[in-house]
Amino acid sequence: MTSVKSKIVIEARDVGLTFETKDGPVVALKDVNLTVTEGEFVSFIGPSGCGKTTFLRAIAALEHPTSGSLTVNGLSPDAARQARAYGYVFQAAGLYPWRTISGNIKLPLEIMGFSPAAQAERLSRVLSLVELEGFGGKFPWQLSGGMQQRASIARALAFDADILLMDEPFGALDEIVRDRLNEELLQLWARTEKTIAFVTHSIPEAVFLSTKIVVMSPRPGRITDVIDSPLPKERPLNIRDSQEFIDIAQRVREGLRAGHAYGD
Amino acid sequence: MIFDVGSNKMKSLGPILTVLMVIFAFWYLMAIKLNSQWEYDQAVRAKVEVGFWDILPNTMQQKKPVLPAPHQVLTGLWDGLAGQPITSKRSLVYHAWITLSGTIYGFVIGTAMGILLAVGIVYNRAMDLSVMPWAIASQMIPIIAIAPMLAVVVHALGASAIVTKAVISAYLSFFPVLVGMVKGLRAPEQMQIDLLHTYSASKTEILWKLRFPASVPFLFTSLQVGIAASLVGAIVGELNQPAGLGARLLQGTYHGLTVHIWAALIVASLLAAILVKTIQGFERITLVKMGMRK
Repeated sequence: MTSVKSKIVIEARDVGLTFETKDGPVVALKDVNLTVTEGEFVSFIGPSGCGKTTFLRAIAALEHPTSGSLTVNGLSPDAARQARAYGYVFQAAGLYPWRTISGNIKLPLEIMGFSPAAQAERLSRVLSLVELEGFGGKFPWQLSGGMQQRASIARALAFDADILLMDEPFGALDEIVRDRLNEELLQLWARTEKTIAFVTHSIPEAVFLSTKIVVMSPRPGRITDVIDSPLPKERPLNIRDSQEFIDIAQRVREGLRAGHAYGD
Repeated sequence: MIFDVGSNKMKSLGPILTVLMVIFAFWYLMAIKLNSQWEYDQAVRAKVEVGFWDILPNTMQQKKPVLPAPHQVLTGLWDGLAGQPITSKRSLVYHAWITLSGTIYGFVIGTAMGILLAVGIVYNRAMDLSVMPWAIASQMIPIIAIAPMLAVVVHALGASAIVTKAVISAYLSFFPVLVGMVKGLRAPEQMQIDLLHTYSASKTEILWKLRFPASVPFLFTSLQVGIAASLVGAIVGELNQPAGLGARLLQGTYHGLTVHIWAALIVASLLAAILVKTIQGFERITLVKMGMRK
């Protein structure tokens, strides 16, 4: 643990999750143990079927573990959701086409019962946080894919959750946009000091963003390696050419390969 | 290149006019063929020899032709629309108004029923399993068979003429709305529902903030089918009533006034076109306002 703050945000103890399907039980997660402390940027990486998204969804109480214990801010995932512990960013921006960007960002605020004044104040704050000032009145189709995803991040930030759960948020974007959004996300993380759990299947993305990289493998979904990144918090794009970066990427790659050999 | 919308419209005018002329020519030929027998019979009765050219003009001006010629129908239509005070029982405007009010009344009830049942089906498993088969069965029964019985029952319950009609109208129009709304309410992807779950949104909030807005395009498609069905329902419902286009059609049949029948049919189809166009207008305005149409 390198972090000076050591408040535990997410704690998984022997978490298992089995889906009952028509073809019999499918083990999506098995014996997952993980501790995430406040302010960390944790990436989950692994091939499809390794349970990385399922684990993120379990943290968000969208799935429920069938064994072990999982706590978020010391609460059960359901209770943590009620306490507005996290904002969730999906793979697709998922903006409602009938709402403007402002309307979309206000959606959680409306449901959570914020006053119109508070809604307006938060709206302008998160719009500037994701650099979308002036786009509030636009409809989603009028924005590029990258801007739409930024709007969906703004929506997740609007109600001041301490945790940001992101499920391959930049997976559908091209590499240039992705690089830019990765840089912006790091700046945003530094400014807001949130805890971020980030699912990806890109090794460079995981190494570039994270303070902790969780390598997972499929059949059954489990953690094969947890890497605490020695990279500094300030990360320019060219850090990807440094030896440290290449070494971590190498270790992630080996972890993924080992997981595969074991699985097959 | 600059596209002139006006000239594009002019371009489609040519084919439309050609088709129209072919239809009219065929219509006149059929009128001559179908109406000539009566002229020959009259001549035989009067014991006079007539040739084809002698009776030709008469086939187009009979009082009760088998098939009235286009100009007779148009004259009858003009007389019915403009030749009478609109409060007169001989005015097609009067009858169209009676039919229209029944149509709208039934359409509103049918639409409300369709939406309520769709919400029930989407939110209640028992309704999901039980309502649809009944709804489909209800539409399998020919309306012409069930309308008189419905009319008698509803009338016996003390309902007025317009309510009787509206019930039949609603019976026909709830179905397309039901089918479209079930599909529309289920249109949102799982991800969009999950998103609302992460806000701990209630079922009611999911309905109002997600399912209803997402179903609007589906609703309007259904409404277009529904309003046409409502009109058919109102006309069928009028077959045993004193006024309305349906009553006018039946009276025409009783008295062999084929011109009246054709004129009423044309008014009915004009009414249908206006109603559907109106719905399309509302659709365009709504979708533009919702940002769902560019």
